[in-house]
Amino acid sequence: MTEFTMPSLGADMDEGVLQEWLVGPGDRVHKGDVVAVVETDKAAIEVECFESGTVARLLVRPGTRVPVGAPLAVIEGEGASGARAGARGEPTTTGAEAVSPMVAASVKRPRSQNPPMRAKADRERAARDERPKPRRKAAGEPKSVPEIRSEPRKEPAHTAAGPIPPQPGVSAETDSALGTGPLVRHLALQRGVDLMTLHGTGRGGRITRADVEHAQPGPVPRVRATPYARRLAHDLDVDLTELRGTGDGGAVRAADVHAAVCTRAVRHQPGRPTAHQRDDERTQVAVAGDTRPEQRTDTMRRAIADLMSRSKREIPHYYLSTTIDLAGAVDWLRRLNRGRPPTDRLVPAALLLKAAAVAAREVPALNGFWQNGGFVPGAAINLGVAVSLRQGGLLAPVIDRADALSPEALMARLKDLVQRARRGRLRGSELSGATLTVTNLGDQGVESVFGVIHPPQVAMVGFGAVVERPWATGGMLGVRPVVTATLAADHRATDGAVGARYLTAVDQLLQKPEEL
Amino acid sequence: MTATHTRTSTPTAPSDRKTTYREAMREALREALGTDERVFLMGEDVGRYGGCFGVSLGLLEEFGPERIRDAPLSESAFVGAGIGAALAGMRPIVEIMTVNFSLLALDQILNNAATLLHMSGGQLPVPIVIRMTTGAGRQLAAQHSHSLEGWYAHIPGLRVLAPATLTDARYMLAPALADPDPVLIFEHGSLYNASGELPADAGPVDIDHAAVRRAGTDVSLITYGGSLPKALAAADDLAGGGISAEVVDLRTLRPLDDATIGGSVARTHRAVVVDEGWRTGSLAAEISARLTEQHFYDLDAPVERVCSAEVPIPYARRLEEAALPQVHGIVAAARRTVGDPVPASGADETKRQPVNREGGPR
Amino acid sequence: MSTTRTRCASRPATRPNRQAAHRMALLKSMLRVRRFEERCVEMYSAARIRGFMHLYIGEEAVAVGVNEALTADDAVVSTYREHGHALARGVPAEAIMAEMFGKVTGCSRGRGGSMHLFDVGRRFYGGNAIVGGGLPLAAGLALADRMTGQGRVTCCFFGDGAFAEGEFHETANLAALWGLPLLLVCENNLYAMGTALARHQAQTDLALRAAGYGMVSWAVDGMDVFAVEDAARRAAEGVRAGTGPHFLEMRTYRFRAHSMYDSDRYRDKAEIEQWKERDPVEGLARRLREAKELTDKARSVLEDRLAAEIDGAVAAAEQAAEEPVEDLLKYVTSPVEASPP
Repeated sequence: MTEFTMPSLGADMDEGVLQEWLVGPGDRVHKGDVVAVVETDKAAIEVECFESGTVARLLVRPGTRVPVGAPLAVIEGEGASGARAGARGEPTTTGAEAVSPMVAASVKRPRSQNPPMRAKADRERAARDERPKPRRKAAGEPKSVPEIRSEPRKEPAHTAAGPIPPQPGVSAETDSALGTGPLVRHLALQRGVDLMTLHGTGRGGRITRADVEHAQPGPVPRVRATPYARRLAHDLDVDLTELRGTGDGGAVRAADVHAAVCTRAVRHQPGRPTAHQRDDERTQVAVAGDTRPEQRTDTMRRAIADLMSRSKREIPHYYLSTTIDLAGAVDWLRRLNRGRPPTDRLVPAALLLKAAAVAAREVPALNGFWQNGGFVPGAAINLGVAVSLRQGGLLAPVIDRADALSPEALMARLKDLVQRARRGRLRGSELSGATLTVTNLGDQGVESVFGVIHPPQVAMVGFGAVVERPWATGGMLGVRPVVTATLAADHRATDGAVGARYLTAVDQLLQKPEEL
Repeated sequence: MTATHTRTSTPTAPSDRKTTYREAMREALREALGTDERVFLMGEDVGRYGGCFGVSLGLLEEFGPERIRDAPLSESAFVGAGIGAALAGMRPIVEIMTVNFSLLALDQILNNAATLLHMSGGQLPVPIVIRMTTGAGRQLAAQHSHSLEGWYAHIPGLRVLAPATLTDARYMLAPALADPDPVLIFEHGSLYNASGELPADAGPVDIDHAAVRRAGTDVSLITYGGSLPKALAAADDLAGGGISAEVVDLRTLRPLDDATIGGSVARTHRAVVVDEGWRTGSLAAEISARLTEQHFYDLDAPVERVCSAEVPIPYARRLEEAALPQVHGIVAAARRTVGDPVPASGADETKRQPVNREGGPR
Repeated sequence: MSTTRTRCASRPATRPNRQAAHRMALLKSMLRVRRFEERCVEMYSAARIRGFMHLYIGEEAVAVGVNEALTADDAVVSTYREHGHALARGVPAEAIMAEMFGKVTGCSRGRGGSMHLFDVGRRFYGGNAIVGGGLPLAAGLALADRMTGQGRVTCCFFGDGAFAEGEFHETANLAALWGLPLLLVCENNLYAMGTALARHQAQTDLALRAAGYGMVSWAVDGMDVFAVEDAARRAAEGVRAGTGPHFLEMRTYRFRAHSMYDSDRYRDKAEIEQWKERDPVEGLARRLREAKELTDKARSVLEDRLAAEIDGAVAAAEQAAEEPVEDLLKYVTSPVEASPP
């Protein structure tokens, strides 16, 4: 019998809002399962429990602000006679937990009760996972939630009874929520109430209009999104609630989803596998003094692994490389930096980035996305810059409209992004929208890097270290600083000639640094 | 569908011919009359006059008054007579001068032509072709500016065609005549003088399928007939702003080619339907409904419709222009779908909810 | 209710007063139509007038003569070749010209154009561009007069082409059956657009066929304004007297093509020239000159006055405003007005 408490998700966090329960009383949970969503000042974060057992009671209503350390739920440990999910009078056709995964995979629920995407997710999960994962339930909520005092307590105050036993013939899973009429659903939508969190007082536990009217509006109203964006978000594992819509009335459009995909700034829909958690959250969490960094980075690794595997599985890469004479650029930089304090000095990397962005203007076929069997050009040149993290893993924060920034502005932006990426202080919006990504491993001392394309982008530009090499020019041999620029590009979208044009453009731009 | 015709160097090879829509139609009639003696042309002023719009010029001299029959101003009678002749095994092509006069024959078209096969339990197919001029834009005012093809497309039992290109004008008639059921061909009055090259290798038109006249990735402009040139011009305009528009020419308004229309929208995720009919209950409304039925999860924006304003077409030039779909309105609608709206002008007929004085959409 | 066809042979023919002034008024009225139509050709050629336009040149005697038989209370329903009818009815030249210029000062606010002139104040129920489309409408106006006991006449103009339409036959039967106060004036100009009468009517004696419906009907020389006026007065009197619809076949001719859009290749030039010798306007002018009722000076004064009037109409039409595009959706449904308490 343990308490599940509000976790600390950052050194500066002293309270959080419990946004959503992903489990309900009676659910079996395993160590590491995601059981709730907590909103911090930065983002909504899925939190996991560190115990296996059965959820006995939920103590906090969604939407409640709770200090760190306060109990959120009571979990009966392994071996305790926790009621099995199936013992709650559910028909066995309600989901994965009460039946074996193989059976669950073939269970079809009526459409009206289970939107196809959910059903699919359940089936996929059931097919993928050895053990069932908790699913969102119509939680039989406590009638009264104990008042939370400011000081954390070991034992929660006495709480009311758990779930009401279901009426005969009506499963608690009748999804009191899903079994409601359109009027109630519409009302809930209007008021931003999550039906899943309501306790129905109607016949057979049905949620009535009054239940909705008396409910606390949830913090997340329904996301306004186009049907295609919804479908895409589902297919690409993007959480719509994370996105800022650019469409009519703030609607999330496909472009917004694609932008989010570029960074995999993904938080899972409730009840979905935890394999690809939001990279940036991971980062934040990873540097927040978490007690299990290895587990955090492990999750991030898996996210990267998934994405890179998909890239290599789906994208036929072709690779080009060229070595660029930087003598002129280095001279120009030296003159420019003369008399500047070290902090204000421009480094070659800024010129390389700028050249990469401007060249994309000249060869737009490499700037954009491959989707639905066709190339969709990016609306602007938003450069993703790969940043490796000290504890492993990487992020690709985005410099919007990089081609329009001066090298100085680019460099300032880059510095700021790298610093904050490594401190886990990036905003979600800074991780989305890249139309082309650059990786620069020069500081690691390698001469060239052939990147793996970040789907759904169609190219990845790589720069190695600026090194001095013997160089022949005009029949004379000299020593010059050179850099190897590479391109990995999607052969579905372009052919080698286009890639060659791009690298040539980068070269030519770097020959005139003063014009960059 | 702009098949680039590669010319061979042999001198005998056919080459593209310069022609007009009007001549292409005439050529099609000539071919039909020349190859099948059951075919005859009947209508007002089709013979000595050469057709109100000059389509049948010279055919009387070539085929004689038996097969190029001038009819009195009696639409109900001569359309009905065409239906009767078709029942008896002929292949009549009946010309109704303009779509407004077809209203005088609507009863015959709806209650006989479209219905006899069914009423007779399959005994009486009606292989008739009825041609008429449709559309507005030439300041002909309210009684000569209708676009009623959408009405006819509402009627089961009919096939409704709208040739918008020279090739379609030239090669749609043969498959229409081959159809065992009634076929209506709507020729937009603004197209007759359109001229261009008729590809030498063009053959009979596939009247079961719509044509993609221009490929694009961002938005599908779905249209037909006299609005096709406007949609293509809008696509050019949009391309200038970096928006790649696909232009789908329906060609056949009934039965609609869902596969081509839907396939395009599945690629572009956005649709603007351009239809000169009045907005309410228009063919555009049908297409919009089908898109939401069949491609809801492909849509990244509401389906836009650019239709005629809900007003009898006025005579005054500026009012008429404002009442009809125009290039700028198509561009504005397309830009709205891709989330790049243009500030709307005061009298933009493409507002999503045209509101009348009573304050509701009609 | 059946109507027995009684031709009132005993009816005293009311001879119109052929005072010189009246004869001059007829000339002036016809000449006004002629000059107006000529100016329309000019304006159309200059693209000031658009759309379809059908000219009345050659048929002026019909509109002007028939109008003499009508009072301000009577109604007129017309066709798409109606400039002459509208002018004769008293619709100002300026309002007609402005209409064709698409201006808000036009008699239909620029919404109708050449084929749709309306002036309800003058009970002019418009040009109808659907062949035969005005006939049932006229029957309805007459029906209303019958039902409300108004002693009014509804006069409907239509052409020989419309005689082939079902609308004519259905209306003729209905009007005769119910004895409606309807004056049917068929302007038989021998061509339905490009199709000669004999090629679209099996029986070309239209008056004979109309009589078959049980209407009093006769044919008139439509190039002689006096003949037209006489016939129209007699017919209108018969209608007013409650003897049911009357039918007049006006045998006339248009000197110009069917419309501005028509190349007129279906008529013999010689035939046109032959009919021009029977020009109703110049014919009357010649008779008046011979009768010493019209001097050259008077003629030129008349011409100057008409030219000034039409110049003024054109100038006013040019000056007039167009209806703002914001008003596009007006006049689709009637404005809802609060009912008085």
